[in-house]
Amino acid sequence: MIRVEIPAHLRTLARVTGEVQLEIKGEPTLCALLNELEARYPVLRGTIRDQATNERRPFVRFFACQEDYSHEPPETRLPAAVVAGVEPFLIVGAMAGG
Amino acid sequence: MSGVRVLVGTRKGAFVLSSDGKREKWEVSGPHFAGWEIYHMKASPVDPDRVYASQSTGWFGQLIQRSNDGGKTWEPAGNKFEYDGVAGTHQWYDGTPHPWKFARVWHLEPSLTDPDVVHAGVEDAALFRTTDGAQTWEELPGLRLHGTGASWQPGAGGLCLHTIILDPGDPKRIFIAISAAGAFRTDDGGKTWKPINQGLKSVGIPDPSAEVGHCVHHIAMHPARPGVLFMQKHWDVMRSDNAGDSWEEVSGNLPTDFGFAIDVHAHEPETIYVVPIKSDSEHFPPDGKLRVYRSKAGGNEWEALTKGLPQRDCYVNVLRDAMAVDSLDSCGIYFGTTGGQVYASADAGENWTAIVRDLPAVLSVEVQTLQ
Repeated sequence: MIRVEIPAHLRTLARVTGEVQLEIKGEPTLCALLNELEARYPVLRGTIRDQATNERRPFVRFFACQEDYSHEPPETRLPAAVVAGVEPFLIVGAMAGG
Repeated sequence: MSGVRVLVGTRKGAFVLSSDGKREKWEVSGPHFAGWEIYHMKASPVDPDRVYASQSTGWFGQLIQRSNDGGKTWEPAGNKFEYDGVAGTHQWYDGTPHPWKFARVWHLEPSLTDPDVVHAGVEDAALFRTTDGAQTWEELPGLRLHGTGASWQPGAGGLCLHTIILDPGDPKRIFIAISAAGAFRTDDGGKTWKPINQGLKSVGIPDPSAEVGHCVHHIAMHPARPGVLFMQKHWDVMRSDNAGDSWEEVSGNLPTDFGFAIDVHAHEPETIYVVPIKSDSEHFPPDGKLRVYRSKAGGNEWEALTKGLPQRDCYVNVLRDAMAVDSLDSCGIYFGTTGGQVYASADAGENWTAIVRDLPAVLSVEVQTLQ
């Protein structure tokens, strides 16, 4: 199981508490993780990435294993510790704005 | 027994204010969607428990929420707003071509006859429609593809379609307004559109009487007289007696003819209300006095309504969608401020009280009269 942490506002929308656990069939890539997350929680479509272009929203970032994955291409393979469920994949809302 | 429900959209959530027909005691429900910007909420006129809300933030984009119980509980609906075909470009602030890009929904206008049909006015300016209760949205591209579209420029708040008025006598006629393109009308259900800006004069554009390019802030109409429109423009209060084909200025003796909100009395089609605001950059009431101005003559002759409103040290703004009226026998007038107050008058503006004083900045106010 892959563990995913999503921002508080998105947890409210998805009506979940704590981490989300996902099972990804096939290659565990960044894109596959987001596809599975949106398939499990359709209300999140458009909140993390643009529905038409799949571009990450500017104030949303992706972190894992102390690395910034925000600018990595969608086909980037998730780190082994995330795939193994040892480390969570973090979807973070930027600390900005009022 | 009759009652009133006031739907308030703010910078940090939605609030529902309820009262009986006396409009003396109010219950406040909220915040719903705490932390999100609620640009607009509006209920279906044929199913008062069906309420739609536009929920957005710069972080997580646009959602549409739907309630089937008058705003007590909500379910997310469809939030996919895709322009029809190639989006093309409009002008940016510096005059260069800029790709059309969806940012948010400014205004939701439910159908007068079908609770599942809603029009949405969005930024960058376009008109969308749902026919399945907001599950899916389709653009009416005839507006954006109007021949002048490539020349439209945003106002300070963005290139936003903020006003949608449905003609109760003609289901194919819709009026819309865009900052800063101007007003447009369709007479064929949204297939084709005509700019209706003749008579507007805007000193901030190269040709003050241009066909498009006017910063229209809001338009109001009395449902019994759909051919008569009242407009608060960036500067000037205007009226049209021919469905927008031409306009004349009716600013008269207003202390400033800048403002955002404008509305019409529920039972007196010639009685209109505005909140004059000092500009071009202050955007607060003149002299620190919050005054609603009323004209009983459809414009030109205005009187200040001040009883119960702060008459010193008041520096709030009243935004374009933040005024509404109820249709009880003694017409109620409501408006919200960027200071978080929602003021109500149960006697057509003679006396005002604050229903609430400390909400987040108010973006929109809509009123439902419940029987």
